[in-house]
Amino acid sequence: MCTYETVCLCVDGSGKGPGGSWLRVTDATVYFDHPVHAMADHTLNIDFTDPAKGPAARIALELTAESARRLVAAIQEALDAVPAELTR
Amino acid sequence: MTTSTIKITGDGGDEIEAYLARPAETDRRGGVVVIHHMPGYDRATKEIVRRFAELGYDAICPNLYWREAPGAAPDDAAATARAQGGVPDDRLVGDVAGAAAYLRGLDTANGRVGVIGYCSGGRQSVLAACRLDLDAAVDCYGAFVTGTPPEGMPMRRNLVEELPNLRTPLLGLFGADDKYPGPEQVAELRDILAAHGKDFEEHTYDEAGHAFFAVDRPAYRVAAANDGWERIAAFYGKHLAG
Repeated sequence: MCTYETVCLCVDGSGKGPGGSWLRVTDATVYFDHPVHAMADHTLNIDFTDPAKGPAARIALELTAESARRLVAAIQEALDAVPAELTR
Repeated sequence: MTTSTIKITGDGGDEIEAYLARPAETDRRGGVVVIHHMPGYDRATKEIVRRFAELGYDAICPNLYWREAPGAAPDDAAATARAQGGVPDDRLVGDVAGAAAYLRGLDTANGRVGVIGYCSGGRQSVLAACRLDLDAAVDCYGAFVTGTPPEGMPMRRNLVEELPNLRTPLLGLFGADDKYPGPEQVAELRDILAAHGKDFEEHTYDEAGHAFFAVDRPAYRVAAANDGWERIAAFYGKHLAG
């Protein structure tokens, strides 16, 4: 099914996008729904975007639920492994 | 067959893009409005539009995300529309009405127009058939036509209150392994439509789940899809003949 559920957040960072160019990203949407490309019925999808630059300014990820959970844990592990003053 | 990307008048008088496919023959025939799935106005959906032209219908798919992302790649447009809250039900109805009016204005039109949608479009197909002057509707595994969205999920509302107003015969095609809509939701749909004396034809396929028509996805089930296409051809052949 299409879940419709979408979590939106503001972010501050950069990503490498189409054509090998870097893109400053200001927004992210996170949702669990049908992928466009991944070979799964549903995936955890993350779109990093800069809406001011139009719909094509997007870096997209489609991860299986298990992959997404491992990514969450890895992000937390990486953040926890460095001195706290670096991540404030 | 000819295909083209055109502009039509959608909800609120807005000009939106649409993909049109027409048989080469000049005889009078029905039309079909194809509602694309949530991943967008994509290549797979355009293939479906062409298939309806191959079946002998003028067929059209409005780009439901045109307002949010004109000219964008289908996946980028879908992501943009999603981030902005998706397609409101009333706007969907207006866009389907515009697409149906365009089909009825063609020189080959016999005046009869059907609607079909897949996944989220299945629900939208039923919605359009409840509110618009159409002649036949097909719902391919649309979730939350009936049933209650899981708690905490900000889902579109179901269509239970709209179903008594269904104005066309409805063909429903579902996968037995699908959970949304699951067999109990299909049964609820069947019971409601029967209680209101509506014309409902339903087929639920074993060894198929959600999105079994989607040839570019792992959910594709060739036996179910082939039989489903035969059911659709027969259903439209019955209700859209001029």
